[in-house]
Formats: sequence, C-alpha cells, structure tokens
Amino acid sequence: MRAWLLAEEPASPWQARLGRLYLGWRRLCGNPLALLGLALVLLLALLAAIGPWLAPHDPAAQALELRLRPPLTPGYWLGTDELGRDILSRLLCGARITLGIVLLTVAIVVPIGLAIGTVAGYAGGWVDTVLMRLTDIFLAFPRLILALALVAALGPGIDNAVLAIALTAWPAYARLARAETLLVRRADYIAAVRLAGASHARIVVRHVLPLCLPSVIVRATLEMAGVIVTAAGLGFLGLGAQPPSPEWGLMIASGRKVLLDSWWVATMPGLAIFLVSLGFNLLGDGLRDVLDPRQG
Amino acid sequence: MRPARLPGAVARRTLELAATFLGLLAVTFVIGRLVPIDPVLALVGDRASASAHAQALRELGLDQPLWRQFLDYLGQVLQGDFGVSRLTSNPVAEDIARVFPATVELATLATLIGVLGGVPLGVLAALRQGTWVDHAVRVASLIGYSVPVFWFGLMGLLVFYARLDWVAGPGRLDLAYEGLVEPRSGLLLLDALLAGEWEVLVDAWRHIVLPASILGYFSMAYLARMTRSFMLEQLHQEYVLTARVKGLAEWRVVLCHALANAAVPLVTVIALSFGHLLEGSVLTEIVFAWPGLGSYLTQALMSADMNAVLGGTVVIGAIFVGLNLLADVLYRWLDPRVR
Amino acid sequence: MRIRRALLALCLACGVAATAPATADTPKNMVVMAAMLDEFISLDPAEIYELVPIEYAANVYDRLVRTDPRRPGEILPGLAERWSVADDGRTFTFTLRRGARFHSGREVTAADAAWSLARLVRLNKGPAFLLTQMGFSADNVAERIRATDTTTLVLVTGERYAPTFVLNCLGAWAASVLDRELLLANEVNGDLGNAWLKTREAGSGPFRLVALRPGEALTLEAFPGHWQDHPAMKRVVLRHVPEAAAQRLLLEKGDVDIARNLGPDDLAALRANPDVQVRTVPAADLLYLGLNTRHPAFAKPAVREALKWLVDYEGISRNVFRETHVPHQTFLPAGFFGAIDDLPYRFDPARARALLAAAGYPDGFSATIDVRKGYPGQDLAQILQANFAQAGVKLELLVADNKQTLTRYRARRHDIYQGYWAPDYIDPHSNAQGFAWNPDNGDDSPNRLLAWRNAWDIPDYTRRTEAALAEPDPARRRAAYEALQRDFVRDAPFVILFQKVLTLAERRGVEGFVTGPINDQFFYSGIVKR
Repeated sequence: MRAWLLAEEPASPWQARLGRLYLGWRRLCGNPLALLGLALVLLLALLAAIGPWLAPHDPAAQALELRLRPPLTPGYWLGTDELGRDILSRLLCGARITLGIVLLTVAIVVPIGLAIGTVAGYAGGWVDTVLMRLTDIFLAFPRLILALALVAALGPGIDNAVLAIALTAWPAYARLARAETLLVRRADYIAAVRLAGASHARIVVRHVLPLCLPSVIVRATLEMAGVIVTAAGLGFLGLGAQPPSPEWGLMIASGRKVLLDSWWVATMPGLAIFLVSLGFNLLGDGLRDVLDPRQG
Repeated sequence: MRPARLPGAVARRTLELAATFLGLLAVTFVIGRLVPIDPVLALVGDRASASAHAQALRELGLDQPLWRQFLDYLGQVLQGDFGVSRLTSNPVAEDIARVFPATVELATLATLIGVLGGVPLGVLAALRQGTWVDHAVRVASLIGYSVPVFWFGLMGLLVFYARLDWVAGPGRLDLAYEGLVEPRSGLLLLDALLAGEWEVLVDAWRHIVLPASILGYFSMAYLARMTRSFMLEQLHQEYVLTARVKGLAEWRVVLCHALANAAVPLVTVIALSFGHLLEGSVLTEIVFAWPGLGSYLTQALMSADMNAVLGGTVVIGAIFVGLNLLADVLYRWLDPRVR
Repeated sequence: MRIRRALLALCLACGVAATAPATADTPKNMVVMAAMLDEFISLDPAEIYELVPIEYAANVYDRLVRTDPRRPGEILPGLAERWSVADDGRTFTFTLRRGARFHSGREVTAADAAWSLARLVRLNKGPAFLLTQMGFSADNVAERIRATDTTTLVLVTGERYAPTFVLNCLGAWAASVLDRELLLANEVNGDLGNAWLKTREAGSGPFRLVALRPGEALTLEAFPGHWQDHPAMKRVVLRHVPEAAAQRLLLEKGDVDIARNLGPDDLAALRANPDVQVRTVPAADLLYLGLNTRHPAFAKPAVREALKWLVDYEGISRNVFRETHVPHQTFLPAGFFGAIDDLPYRFDPARARALLAAAGYPDGFSATIDVRKGYPGQDLAQILQANFAQAGVKLELLVADNKQTLTRYRARRHDIYQGYWAPDYIDPHSNAQGFAWNPDNGDDSPNRLLAWRNAWDIPDYTRRTEAALAEPDPARRRAAYEALQRDFVRDAPFVILFQKVLTLAERRGVEGFVTGPINDQFFYSGIVKR
C-alpha cells in the first residue's frame, strides 16, 4: 500500500494525488503542534455531533435557587450561571453552534472569493479593474464595524451574523486567488489547454482553481479561528446568537455583569473559544508548512 | 501596488481612490438606511406627538427620496462638512477630533509594545529555527491569534484591577485628574508630560497600560510571526553566506545585513498592523469604556446616528488607504533596489 | 477585600508603593456619582426627554411650581410664590417672587416664564405634548399664556382639567423657565435659541452647567445666587459608568461617592461593606409586557388572562430581582395619587392551561418577544420563556438595542413587547393616558401610546380616562382611577409585572441626595458630606 502510494511513476492521476496526500499527511504527523490542533478540531467536531447527549443537564433548564454556584459543585462541575443553568451542559451544546458558524461561513466565503479572484485574474482588463475596485471598497472598511452595521441592518441573529462575517471576509480570498491566478495565467500549459480548444470557463474551473486551492485551504483554516473569535464578539455585543442559546460569546456577555463575584460564568466559555480557536490556528499553521511552503 | 511613475499613473491612482471612497460612502449609506431604527426616535423620544415627529423628519430632510439624501450628503462631504451628530449635537468632525486621539494613543502604545516585543522574538525564532525557542515563539503568537480580545480584557480587569489593584479601571483618567491638563495633542500621556503634571501622567498610565498591553500582545503575536518569516528569507540569501564566509561577526551579519533588509517589508507590515489596531480596538474600547472612535461608532450605529457612522467610517477608511500609501512610499524609500 | 489589602501591604513592604493606588477619595466639596448617563441629545429643556437629562434640567432650571418628591400630588411653590384658579376651572394666575435671578444675573420675570412656555409649544419637539395636551397650540399660545405685569402670569387652558393635573404638568422639566434675552441674543433662523441651547444652559436653578462630555461625564457647579437653595457641594459630577460591576468597584475604592445602577448581586456584596450604605427608594418605572391584540391569540381575553397566571412573580422577585424590583400589577405605581396595591395574579400554570384550552389553544402557541438588550430585560425574558413553556406557549426572544425594539413596538410589529414605562410627570393621567386611552385605533392615528401600540380599541376606557382627568374633586378623582385600574388589570392586553426600586449605594457620610419616584424629582442641592 505504502509502496503504491509512493510509486515513482504513478499509473493514474488518482494514484498521484493520493500519493501526494499521503506525503503531506506524513509531514503533518511530524509536527506535534499541528497534531494537537487537529485533535482539538476533531474534539470540537465530536462534541458538535454528540455533545447534547453528553450534557448532564438540559442546557436551557433553569434552577433559580441554584444560580451562580461555583465550579466543582457536585452535579454542576463547571458551576452554574445567573439563571442557575449548568455551564458544562451549555458549553457542550454550544460546540454545535460554533462549528455550524465556522462551516457556514467558509461555505459562503470560499466559493465567492475564489470565483471573483480567479475570474478577475484570468480575465484581466476591465473585468479585473471592476472586481478589484469592489474588493478594495470592502477592504477599506473597518471589518468589525461593517459586520456590526450589517447585523444592525439585517437584525440580530446567528444567520445574519454569519452573513455579515462572510461579507467582510471574502475580499481577502479574492485577493489571494487573483494573485495565484496571475502566476499561472501565462503558464505554457494553460496556453496549451487553450489551443486544445477548452473554453474559458473550463480552463478556470479545471486548471486555475485547483492551483489556488492549497493556499486557500491554508488561509481558510487560519480564518476559521478568526471567524470563531469574530462570531463570539458579535454574540458578546448581543448581535449574534440570541438568548437562551448557549453560544459561547453570548455566555461571556451574560457573565460580564457577575464577573466580580462569579468569575467562572465568563471564564469557562472564554476558555472554550480560546481552545477551539487555537486548534484551528495550530492546524492551519501545520497545513501551511505542508501545502504552501512558499508562505514560510 | 505598482509604483506610480508617470503623471498618468498618479491620476489613475487618484481616480481609483475616489472610486473606493464613493463606494465606501454608498455602501455605508445604504446599510445605514436599512437599519430598522426610526431615525428621529432618538431625537424626539417615545412620547412625542405625531406632528413633532413629522416635523423632526422634515427638518432633517429624511422625507426626501434616498438618492436625493445621498447626493445632498455627498455635496456636504465634498465641502468638508460631515454634518452634525444627532446624538451629541456636535459637528461630527468635532466629535471625531475629540474621540480619535484616544484611539490613536491606545493603538500607538500597543504598536510600540508589539514592535519592541515582536521583532526581537521574531529574530530570535528565525535564528533558532526548529528549536524549542522557535516553537515557543510560534505557540505564543498562535495563542495571541486565538484569544477573544474582549474576554482577555475582562479577565485582565478582573485580575489586575479588581483583585490585585495594580492598574486603574475602565476609562481613560480618574475624575479627580480630569481637566487639569490642557488638551494640546489629545494624547493624554503626551499632554501630561508637556504640562509637567506628573500625577496626571501616572494616572493616565495606570489606565492605559492594561488595554494597551492586551492590544500590544496581539500586535506582538503578528509581528513576531512576520519578522521570523522575513528574517528566514534573508538568512537564506547568498549575501548572508558571503558575509559569513568573509568572517564577519555573527551579530553583525544578523543585525547589519539580514535585519536591515528584512526591515523593508517589516515597516510595511507594522504600518498595516497599526491601521488594524485603529479599527480593531472596538471591542477593547467597549470592555475598557475607552472613549475612542470604536465606542463612538458603535454607539452611533445603535442609535441610527448616520452622520456619525458615515463620518467615522470615512475617517477610518481614509486612514487605511493612507497607511497603505505610506507603506508603499516607505517601502520604496527604504528598499535600496527601488532607490 | 482581604486579599487586596494583604497584597497592598506586600507591595508596600517590597517598596513598590508606586504601583499601589493612592486612595482617591473625592474632594470634600464635590460629589461624584456613577450613573448610566442616557444620551444627552440636547440640553434644551424643550427638547429633553431622557431620564438623566430630565434630572439635569431639574437642577439647572427653575419652574413656576414644583412637585413634592416626598408627597406625591402636593404642589410646592417655585418661581411662583402663589397661584389661584378661577371659578371657570380654566384660568390660572401665578404670582412670581421677586429676587430670583438667572445665572446671567438678570432678574426672572413673568415675561420670561410666559415666553418659555410658549417656546415649548412653538418649537414642537418631543416634550411639547405636556402643554399641547391642554389645548395650547402655536397659534393660540401667545394669547392663552400671558404676562400681565413683571410678576403676574395668566394661563388659560383649552378645557377644564383637574387643577392638580395642570399644576403637575407645569411642574415638569419641559416647563422650565429660560432666560429669554440670552436665548433671543443667540437665535439662529428663528429657532428661539434651540441650536445654541442644545449644548449650553440659560437657567436660574441652584446649579449651573460646567461641562458635558457626551458619554463621559456631566459636571455642574453650585450657583451661589439662587433664591432658595445654597448647596453645600461646590461641584456635582455625574460620571457615565455603564457597567454595574465597574460602578461598584469605583464606589468601593472611593472614586465615586454614589453609585446608582447596581444589580442585586452587587448590592448584596455592598451591604457587607462598612464604608457603604445602601438605600432603596421606590421608583415609578413599571416593567410590563404589551400583548399585541393583532396576534390572533392575544385578541382573546382568556389568553391574555392566561399569561397573567403564567409568570413566576414570586420566584423572580426572590431569586433574581430581590430588592431592585417589587411585584406590582396595576398601572399606577405605588405612591402615586390613586394607586392601589392589588396583586390578583400569581404563578398558576394549571389555571393558565385551562384558560388556554378554553380559548382554543390546548397545546399553546408561539410568539416572539421584543426585549431590550442587557440586564435585566434579557434575564427576565429568559425566565418568562421558561415559565410560559409550562403551558406550551413558546417564546422566541428578539433582543435588540432599545431604539430598535421601540421602533418595532411603535409600528405595532411586535407580538409581545417587554419593557419599562415611566410616567412623564407625577400626575396619574400620565399613566392612565399611556395604558388606558386610545381615541383612534387607526394605523395613522396621531396618538401612539401604549394602548394604541397594542391595538387595544377601547372607547369605554378612553372615555373614563378623560372623565377622571376632568374631575375637579380629589376624592372622586381618586375613586375613578381605582375603579379604572381594577377593570384594567382584568381586561387589558398588558401584564404589569414589577415596579422598579431605585437602589442608591452611598459612601458613608454622604447624605441628603433627594430622590422622588421620577428623575424630575432628583435634587442635588441638599447633598452634604460628613
């Protein structure tokens, strides 16, 4: 199997691709920090899948007479919040929301950014100018303010928060994809494909896009950490998830007013955000070494 | 960005900038009008009679069609008039001149901390590539990328203000010291220093040190990463090898050759990171009740005070574009190949 | 506390005293309050309507009469020494005292007072309704409010109203007396000095404005020439501290003398602090739910009643609000003229389920609830969500900034609105009009108070509210409001939940801050430091 993967002369493009993946995987394994990151991300995925079943309590169940119990209270190991809800259960159920935000954002941002960037880079001329002007406008915006404004306009809520984050995140991808496209646009093999009669659309989709993917994947993984933090920031400002959702940023916001006497209410969700975000950062950093060595 | 050599290129660049600004204004304007807040509610209040309500709408020109309002606004802006903030009843330009120095002060100190900490760490990591030092710096910076700033701020306040009492709390200055110093630059530390008001200086320092350190940590994380990668690039160049072969002391090789060359892209990055701090401190300002541009903009947004929102956005946008230009100029000035 | 003190000692021992704070007690002749400053859109009393700005006007300006913060319904002399009501019930004659001076040094005359009242009507800003509701308009005000000589002012209302109502309105902030000559000297385009006054003052009150920094602080200083008050404090500073936790820390450290917006947990902690005393004063703000009768469920009286049985008033009060709110279910706050203390509803989910089943909702229904961001709205709404769920009523929270929820409410686009209502002036009509008066339920109605916002079409209540307003006999007027409330609490699409309690935490030795149920009755001039 290993020999097949590492064959000097792969028999099919499939084999070659798998072989490259395998090599990448081996390099990733040599980086303990990246593996730690991967573990954290997988943990998030796992909790998102089964968290609600692990939770000892209903995350929305209130027990007003049990409010603000400190951590290590039997049955409430991470303490309770200002309405007597179990913080551990809320963290476990909140994992799903966090992962959902991340995936949804990436699913919106990457295709838009790639499409605009590759088209601009490949087409050149006025198409390039117009698309890049548009990108510049969004880049000139203060990002968080734009997200705030959008959510204020669309109304608070998790879907709108995702949309707002996505709208502020795509220009970076467009820039990146355009730069990559410019590098390959004049390459001989693109000219060869064109001579062979391939349409522009086909060239972009089949030959340009795949070349942009590695750097975009790296960027996206690193970006996911940023998305988590930004979404939490919106939640903190009350513009993201709405109560009683156990979204972590919102949990920090509700812990803010009892911070002095009950530090754990804000501390626990903050730690959770930090760990997950760190996981994506470590993984992205490791992936960069593997997939995109040029970026050092 | 390509260097603009010909007058034609300059004109083109100007045109591009104008287009960017126009777009920025248009997008902000549309978003602002979409915000589902009655724009005169903040003005006349909840109990106003229908006629008072209608009169306020008329006085602000809000009964005009949207395109007309936008054109009117554009005309005003071109004359340098950003209008009057509805929340504070002050001209927006005046408000921004009042709140912006607070943000600049914070961002400057944070950048200073970032540069003083991040650059040496980055150099060290590059020199010791692959060792535990390198890994430690890497982890420290990735932690900086991962911590939510508002949470970090809250924790900092809890520990260093509420529990340990090492620093002062939210705000920029204790009340007892307010008004003692003539605002010359608007930068409180500098003003206090110029006036020789040592107590004010100490108090201002105790207020700014925590938010600045927190923002500074984020800036440090970023600059350490970038310094490391620029240094590695230089250390692998042939001239470094030549210098070493010539028998130059290692520190001279590193400082006088590699770092001097890495400084070129580094300055660009520092300028951009400063720009990010100017806009990225919104949450920090909120947590620390810092009376800066971020707090001002957020509050304006929540009250549909569109003049203030537009004015603030334009200022930040202009600074962003300006810093990009500055980075571009610095780049060419510092880079021997361009010179 | 103990840890901090130990650390402080340690720091001193190590000789790093420089990092330790100087205990910054505020100066002896200055009082500093930590408060949530509302938005100071304007400092013009004819434009002010937010709570703290109203309080500003109460201390910087004088009025013809004052309402008594300690005894609701009583009227005290202000710039007018005495007054009389003619037999027609419409003509009020005020005699102004001599010797009252504006901060500019000019003597206050009846002409200033008449001009100021007319100005409120002519500017037609937010609070103009205080006078326009008595039949004054831009066209008739010059002739209906006149100064007949330097100390006599005659005012003729459009109809006959209860005299206390008229006097209560004239005792409100918007009826402040302004320095006419100063304002006319600064008039721009016939704005009666409005643009100038937005950021300045032209008053005669016991304090004058030093500086307002929006979102930061308001500074006042004592006016030595006031005809009545001689404040012991040379300066009064209201510092904007939006976070309750920060207010508490500032108070504990002695950086402020008074903290005004503390939560129940902070108060509990402060009660143990020997340097601080906590005082509670009933406020007039009512926390209530407005049920939009355009929602098919809320059109049914049985459903409205069911929700009144679905709130755990007692549990919320004991565990969450504690001393910051008290249960209250009628529309006149305790302490008001005509108030009753009936509490007919308690938490009874079984009864609520039965009522819902009878109304055709055996499995409950869904509704949204618009909630103001932050404490206590968000906490309360989440508890209500859990309470209502016990009868299958599924609430979806829409949390937004105050202005945004209000915009929806005023457009009747809510299902349930949760919020506060505070009377504008101390007369019972302010709340009766708010909750039980809706002369035109159409979408383009000029009157958009609470009954209208919830589309509650009530010709009968409207008539009774107007009758109570015109009733000159105090005993009969009181009886009318009591009866109105007893019916209202049963029928209305309003679930009135709690009355707010103002909680003041003051450094020991700081005394004399007078607070009535509304901000218009917060007075600084008696504050002393012992």
